[in-house]
Amino acid sequence: MTETTNKLSRRTVLKGATATAAAAAGSTLGAPMIWAQNIRNITLRQFGTGVSNLNEVAERVREDLGFNLEMTALDTDAVTQRAATQPNSFDIADIEYFICKKVWEAGNLQAMDTSRLENYDNIVGIFRTGLLTPESTIAQGTAPHTVGFTSGQFGTDFVQEESGWMTLIPTIYNADTLGIRPDLIGRPINNWSELLNPEFAGKASILDISSIGIMDMAMVVESMGEYTYPDKGNMTREEIDLTIGIFTEAKRNGQFRAFWRSFDESVNLMASGEVVIQSMWSPAITAVRAQGIPCVYQPLEEGYRSWGGGLGISAALSGIELDAAYEYINWYLSGWVGGFLMRQGYYSAVPSTSREYMTENEWGYWFEGLPATDVITSPFGDPLAQAGETRDGGSFYDRMGAVACWNSVMEENQYMVRRWNEFIAA
Amino acid sequence: MKKIRENNALTGWLMVSPLAITLLVFLVIPIVMIAIVSFWRATEYSIIPDFSWENYEFLFSSSVTYRVFLNTFKYALITWAFTLTIGFTVAYFLAFHIRTLTWQIALFLLCTIPFWTSNIIRMISWIPFLGRNGIANTTLLNMGIIDAPLEWLLFSDFAVILAFVHLYTLFMVVPIFNTMMRIDRSLIEAARDAGASGAQILWNVIIPLTKPGIMIGTIFVVTLVMGDFVTVRLMSGSQSANVGRLISNDIALLQYPSASATAVVLLLTVVILISILLRFVDIRKEL
Repeated sequence: MTETTNKLSRRTVLKGATATAAAAAGSTLGAPMIWAQNIRNITLRQFGTGVSNLNEVAERVREDLGFNLEMTALDTDAVTQRAATQPNSFDIADIEYFICKKVWEAGNLQAMDTSRLENYDNIVGIFRTGLLTPESTIAQGTAPHTVGFTSGQFGTDFVQEESGWMTLIPTIYNADTLGIRPDLIGRPINNWSELLNPEFAGKASILDISSIGIMDMAMVVESMGEYTYPDKGNMTREEIDLTIGIFTEAKRNGQFRAFWRSFDESVNLMASGEVVIQSMWSPAITAVRAQGIPCVYQPLEEGYRSWGGGLGISAALSGIELDAAYEYINWYLSGWVGGFLMRQGYYSAVPSTSREYMTENEWGYWFEGLPATDVITSPFGDPLAQAGETRDGGSFYDRMGAVACWNSVMEENQYMVRRWNEFIAA
Repeated sequence: MKKIRENNALTGWLMVSPLAITLLVFLVIPIVMIAIVSFWRATEYSIIPDFSWENYEFLFSSSVTYRVFLNTFKYALITWAFTLTIGFTVAYFLAFHIRTLTWQIALFLLCTIPFWTSNIIRMISWIPFLGRNGIANTTLLNMGIIDAPLEWLLFSDFAVILAFVHLYTLFMVVPIFNTMMRIDRSLIEAARDAGASGAQILWNVIIPLTKPGIMIGTIFVVTLVMGDFVTVRLMSGSQSANVGRLISNDIALLQYPSASATAVVLLLTVVILISILLRFVDIRKEL
């Protein structure tokens, strides 16, 4: 024990003073820890997007593990910037898999030893072999398992098998599709191509985040029968030109009401009736419904565009702080956070442990796609669904089994971004 | 004698230094940095110090650049015309029609009330007002003036310019009002005695004497509109672009060198524009 203490960094010692108060609280509630005394002096700094950087998690960490977790919520672009350019500003990075592909080579993160992860074997197949079930096919784009493993603790390459060194520990993922206003459309919508249907001229929207928007565009183009991409997640220049060309023409014809960049913009566009069909994220649907306005996260024949996020550890962590990081990650996968996120409509990496923190009704509604037997409320107490309602898209296997492509970074990313700028300026 | 002169020089340097240092640290050095970075290269995740014209080459070879700069000038010009007309009228009313100083101050303060809230809030509050089911459309529909909601009210160039005019008119009112208050009233009396009509007085006496104020207001409005990105994004629903949005898109994708190059070109454009404006009026002489 004393040896470990000597290895404490200066920062840890400095932070010790502030952590004492938390330690006092932790001693009554804290889970049994081998090195319970030292770890209380630790503060881990985590940053990520708003979806999973929740204060509730930090509070729970203090109760369950006894150390401090400082959360910084940033937007997707700022997250990438920080992971790539400010390695000393964080201990834990909560990033998306496609961002991982961008920043891993910079060497600011270290891989995790899977033998130290208690629930490794229970992690959903998507993140290990890439297969949801043994019969699944792997979707296009940056599938998480393709950037999920590296060759060693400080490896900067990606390997395609379960090497025992994981780049990110999956935390949260979901399948995205189009959101619609069924009351204003009044007929079934089954295809991505409806986004460019002239019937909805001036009432459609797409998100103005190039890396994700281009994927939604590709889903539409393919659905229209204009072109079939070998890999939507890695287009050639010609494919990018084609895709953007089709959308530029639609834009000039007044198909789009607006483009949105932030979550709340998408909610306002939909709730105000400015837009009746648009790319949307799952919690935005919930937010529209919470205002009493009908809104459906429409499952489409061509499938979903999916995304996943995970926790990465800063390359600078070592000794007791690294132990604390592992402790935190094991706790993350042990169920409470998973339940918390799944009750908002996301999926957790280890559903089996999350189930313990959900009621039978919640598990049935969110995971199995069964009709709710009672009112479904969010972790924050807002009612999200009434008894008898089912989740849009059905069960976990229905939704995640129908993923057509993953959010990704293309080799021609720079070219794509320039074309995207032209599209916005067109 | 010599000693005193030396001391004077020293005092002079000392008196200038706080301003000089502030300008150096907060203005000159950042701009020099931007200029340097604009010659660097960038990949997805790293920035490489270099001396390359690549960023500028791309900038000047892309049709988007010209279209976006043109759009930016368009916004600046139209906004300038409206803010000038409205700003001049308001200032004229305050300076020449309101007789007591108390009322002048009271009404002037009234103009500033909207500025007590953030300009983002003032901008965003237009969105529900102009929307398809917003107050403007609902009112017009109820009054029977239109049959279907006007789509171009929101997420259009109209909305962008409306927001700009709303946000920046005060920057025109203040300097024009200020110069108008300095106009010697006896000049107007003299003009009237000489038989000039109201319009002639306005055109031949007041406008020439208000020129410095108009010029200062113009500089404010033009630079604010040219440098803006958030108004254009929110009010056009991301459907239009100006130079500021090009820069912010680049920054979002870690393309700092490319963003810097655009920023340098924008800076030069604005500097050229203002130096042209200043040829018309010598602000220093006329203040």
